[in-house]
Amino acid sequence: MHAAVVVCPGSNSDRVMIVAFEDAGAKVSMVWHKDTELPAGVDVVGVPGGFSFGDYLRCGAIAANSPICRAVKSHAERGGYVLGICNGFQVLCETGLLPGTLLRNAKLKYICKAIDLKVETSESAYTSGYAEGDAITIPIAHHDGNFFADPDTLAALESDRRVAFRYVDNPNGSLNDIAGILSENRRVLGMMPHPERMADPVHGNTEGRVLFDSLIGSLQTA
Amino acid sequence: MKARVHVMLKNGVLDPQGEAVRHALGSLGFDGVEGVRQGKVIELDLTETDKAKAEASVKDMCEKLLANTVIESYSVEIA
Repeated sequence: MHAAVVVCPGSNSDRVMIVAFEDAGAKVSMVWHKDTELPAGVDVVGVPGGFSFGDYLRCGAIAANSPICRAVKSHAERGGYVLGICNGFQVLCETGLLPGTLLRNAKLKYICKAIDLKVETSESAYTSGYAEGDAITIPIAHHDGNFFADPDTLAALESDRRVAFRYVDNPNGSLNDIAGILSENRRVLGMMPHPERMADPVHGNTEGRVLFDSLIGSLQTA
Repeated sequence: MKARVHVMLKNGVLDPQGEAVRHALGSLGFDGVEGVRQGKVIELDLTETDKAKAEASVKDMCEKLLANTVIESYSVEIA
């Protein structure tokens, strides 16, 4: 099982994402934004949190147009798995791999704290280790996490059960309390909270580790 | 040739920054400001000399990078 983690200038959650993938049993390669191809045989690409390219223009917009992201897009279009966390979620929305976008938090504050999430579906490689309705506590750390999509897109996300996680107590104004969504084929997940920061007993709990274990576990048996 | 691009949030998209500016104007004593919408202006220096071609090219730039059409509208002025 081979994972690649995308690194751009300003990425800051790349190392901890690598640790989470490795702890779940994956071999991990780092790929630089100027790379034009993913290493051969990559099963899953992680797009980590941070402030890629200083959040210039819009969060994730510059990274989404970097050479490596063209390769990530082709990987997803071939049915590959892509996990975008925080800034990674913003990047995936900007590439068009996921619908909608992330606006400035409704109360304009940068929020950094552990919050409660509800697992909305266990029907994905990422969430199969949870039960639907599970409440988990993992951290958020963002200024622009306010999920927005037009009414038709939102209705489609709901009816296709593509909302993976919802906030119990909406911290940022996201429509329908959305914290994370899946692509149509359920192989691309974007989420604002950081499961990789609740993946080791020293973090406080390991409720985020379940996501990495589920993903790597289901890819190993596939 | 120069191009100026105006990027604004679409109607119906909440603009909390504009709303914060409106509140601040009120507290400075500027009454009668019913709404504030904040956007951005991007100026481009182009080598293109044909106005129609320049406009088409800048619109393409807007669609691909300068605006996120999920939430933003744009207008292009060529001068």
